[in-house]
Amino acid sequence: MQKLLKKISPQTRSDFITYGIVIAAFVIIQLLGAAGLLTSSFSGLLVPICAYVVMAVSLNLTVGILGELSLGHAGFMSIGAFSGVVAAATMEATVASPLLRMIFAMIIGGVIAGGAGFVIGIPVLRLRGDYLAIVTLAFGEIIKNIINCIYIGYDAAGLHFAMAGLGDVQSAEALGLQGGKVIINGPVGAVGVQKLSTFPIGFALVMLTLIVVLNIKRSRTGRAIMAVRDNRIAAESVGISITRYKMTAFIISAALAGMAGVLFAMNYTSLIAGKFNIDTSILVLVFVVLGGMGNIRGSIIATVILYMLPEMLRGFDNLRMLIYAIVLIIVMLFTNSDGAKQFREKMKMKLEAKKKTKETGKGGEAA
Amino acid sequence: MTFLNYLINGISLGSVYAIIALGYTMVYGIAKMLNFAHGDVIMIGAYISFVVTSKLGLPGIVSVLAAMVVCTALGIVIERLAYKPLRSAPSLAVLITAIGVSYFLQNTALLIWGSAPKYFTSVIKFESIKLFDGQLVITSEAIVTIAACIIIMIALTLFTGKSKMGKAMRAVSEDKGAAQLMGINVNTTISMTFAIGSALAAIAGILLCSAYPTLMPTTGSMPGIKAFTAAVFGGIGSIPGAMIGGLLMGIIEIFASAYMSTQLANAVVFSVLIIVLLVKPTGLLGKKISEKV
Repeated sequence: MQKLLKKISPQTRSDFITYGIVIAAFVIIQLLGAAGLLTSSFSGLLVPICAYVVMAVSLNLTVGILGELSLGHAGFMSIGAFSGVVAAATMEATVASPLLRMIFAMIIGGVIAGGAGFVIGIPVLRLRGDYLAIVTLAFGEIIKNIINCIYIGYDAAGLHFAMAGLGDVQSAEALGLQGGKVIINGPVGAVGVQKLSTFPIGFALVMLTLIVVLNIKRSRTGRAIMAVRDNRIAAESVGISITRYKMTAFIISAALAGMAGVLFAMNYTSLIAGKFNIDTSILVLVFVVLGGMGNIRGSIIATVILYMLPEMLRGFDNLRMLIYAIVLIIVMLFTNSDGAKQFREKMKMKLEAKKKTKETGKGGEAA
Repeated sequence: MTFLNYLINGISLGSVYAIIALGYTMVYGIAKMLNFAHGDVIMIGAYISFVVTSKLGLPGIVSVLAAMVVCTALGIVIERLAYKPLRSAPSLAVLITAIGVSYFLQNTALLIWGSAPKYFTSVIKFESIKLFDGQLVITSEAIVTIAACIIIMIALTLFTGKSKMGKAMRAVSEDKGAAQLMGINVNTTISMTFAIGSALAAIAGILLCSAYPTLMPTTGSMPGIKAFTAAVFGGIGSIPGAMIGGLLMGIIEIFASAYMSTQLANAVVFSVLIIVLLVKPTGLLGKKISEKV
């Protein structure tokens, strides 16, 4: 057994530890749930946490592994969420099994969000640094704005589509539905969403995301992506196609975010586009940065802790977001400031010095 | 005539964006950081003015001065406590800290003033100007905003071009290390930049709320983000760029909501930004950075 463990490379071992942690957490929560030990407020958090873990891991692919700051990740989540909702609503009559419907909805949401990632990636990936960040922010806002204007309904004749701002569209009446129902109602958002998300589905999506992202990171593609991040010019000069690898990472990241969106949307009965605004993008970015750039396990842990933190502080009522803000600032100062770095170095030196005196002390006696 | 009315509204809104964008661009130029908390300094400025006029009953001009003093102090304190220790940290760490500061300011305002929107009474007291038998109305707010914008622009250009502190700022934004070797106090210069940016934010907040009188803890976020886009639009780090970017943003936004669709106005504004950045990747007046291999 030990020989086998030694044979596995440290990277693979680290990946399996990550899978193990997630599986263990899932099993423990399921057992606690079966024993009836979970409060309803906690079990209500499980699906959103899964969705945000997927968001954080997929954003880590763009920010940590590809090294490009994206401030519009919630936009892809939004595209996935709304297309998933529409897909699930249209399949209600034809696909009887809710699980199957959910899987189809997720695939459709992921594909459409991935497609959007491709379309948006063409202009975005030509820019660099803060300019790239601001354009992703702009796309996020555009997506939110457009979804706010969309009306989609479904009846016997199929899907009906209308958009405010084009022609004389004021309300869902412009769809001209014969019976049927409205799925997306402009600024009111998606209404009458089927509640298909469950914690096991969320867990499965988290595992899928982990397998995809961790394997990409360890593959030839991943090494190429990281080479582009570390030194674009050097990577280009050894024949790595920058655009291709940037695009690959960006599309996968967008598609996963879309699937997370479907998972998130199907957990509520109604949903507005305003939910996926810049604040959500930034929230996920905070998870990624605090978890450690490029560190997938860190993203998962940071997401779970930081998502639960405001909920756990609910007792403090108005103070909770204030505490959250202070914790955020202090953590950043403590991990990144010069003073903290020097302090840590000093402590390290002191510890090492102590170790040394102990060792030399013993050695002295022996001699 | 309606066209002229929209144009004046656009220039007026654009002037507010321009004043906010100046704060973003100056801080970016000198500290190379995106100060996400800038939008919330605007909101604090507006609240201070609101308290001074509505609660204490003092005249508008006093409230403007009070807001400027408080915001200047706030800007310096934020820089000292939150950003200065991170000067050599990776830029993302600073960005997250700035986001933390933004949350902190919003929630402090929420605790002090509550979440219910406040009705901001305009600090500008004189009458609107009506031309062509009332067909063209220029609101007093628009006049003051545009005038303030022009004065600030001229003052800042003179300040950065002629004064010793202004020259120090340009030197620090060019090369921090070299500036320090020339005997420039980099810390003081950066503090000064934050002070000026925050004082401008206070003015912008009051002008914004005089024209759009709902005041909430989140009032500053959206104008903040738009002004930030305006700064990038004009070429971040460039003072005239921020001015042009802000004005264009305002005009495009008003025209888009007037002639195309109110709901899609923001989408149009951001689309124009994307197109401009595709043609000129460093903004309208941004410096072209040549790359050495």
